[in-house]
Amino acid sequence: MALAVAAAIAFLITNVEPLMTLSVAGRQASTTIAGGAWQMWEQGEKITAALIALFAVIAPALQIGFMLVILVSVRRPPAPRWVGTLLRWEGIAVSWSMVEVMMLGILVSLVKIAALAKVVPGAGIFAAGGLIVLLAAMSSSFDPREAWSRVRWANGEWPQRALPSFGSDAAEAGR
Amino acid sequence: MTAAVRTGMREGFVSCEACGLLSRPVDTEEPGECPRCGAELEFRRRDAIQRAWAFAIAAAICYLPANILPVMRTTTLTGEEPDTILSGVVILYETGTWYLALILLIASVMIPLAKLASLAYLLVTVQRGSVRNNRERTRLYRILEIIGRWSMVDVFVATFVVALIQMQPLMSIAPEPGVLFFSGVVILTIFAAESFDPRLIWDSSQGKQETND
Repeated sequence: MALAVAAAIAFLITNVEPLMTLSVAGRQASTTIAGGAWQMWEQGEKITAALIALFAVIAPALQIGFMLVILVSVRRPPAPRWVGTLLRWEGIAVSWSMVEVMMLGILVSLVKIAALAKVVPGAGIFAAGGLIVLLAAMSSSFDPREAWSRVRWANGEWPQRALPSFGSDAAEAGR
Repeated sequence: MTAAVRTGMREGFVSCEACGLLSRPVDTEEPGECPRCGAELEFRRRDAIQRAWAFAIAAAICYLPANILPVMRTTTLTGEEPDTILSGVVILYETGTWYLALILLIASVMIPLAKLASLAYLLVTVQRGSVRNNRERTRLYRILEIIGRWSMVDVFVATFVVALIQMQPLMSIAPEPGVLFFSGVVILTIFAAESFDPRLIWDSSQGKQETND
């Protein structure tokens, strides 16, 4: 829970603060992640821009948001039905959230640009680094099986260990 | 292995791909929905081989323009210069950061190629009903699922470089269609890996042991 909150804060900083600022001949330019996607859109690569926004901003945002809601709602089992839906979506969001890939991309572009101009890394880049660690810690301490066992079933039944049509230890063998 | 192998499918069990619950649907032809999470149950992913082939071939088609077309165009006072993925790697190598060049080379050239090759290998062996190296092939599939996303690095690099270097008229960098094809390759190979069903690898070893099924 604490990790999820910390990740949410790091995510906000990552997206609000500029990742890096560069200066050439007295001119300055800085960018954020969303700014990068926006620039891509402006330059005509709209599909790529949408993909960048999806992988780097929307999917991580959903991942953290869903996680917060799920964690709050499974505190008192049985959690309502829609929490199960969120759990499913959370898994999908995780598979498309590419913060760590983005970080590598940022570092490489930092080096590339450093050859052309003076670059100053912004607060956003450090927040992004923290976000990666927090996301990894968050997902490794979260146990989806535990969460699933606290959610009301889709067919209206209460959370249960046993299978409807089979022995009680089969559910444990399920994974 | 003995002749009478017990598998989950034969015993009528199916595990939910969304929540992991193991259940035994009443009707094995139409398993319906998972009782816990409501996701559609499938013994094997539907049309796994056809779909995986379709995505893999589409990715292979995108792979060529992704590497031939420029991904960025640098405009300076002295003129214009297009940059392909490979030339980006070469520039990084020449400027002295060979390790970053190596990362980019692996992530954007080798991984997509390796992904396509291993997908084709998995699909062909499954279609031929091969029973050899099942364990290795399953491991190969797991690696495929993990490394695919890292090819996206180059697209992110292009994005941030484009976003920052906007210093008209001194120097500006604009994206080129190569980026689109390149992200196409990455997405399509991810889809291909997702539509393939690793359980198919093990199915053929069942068929070899017994006459039916």
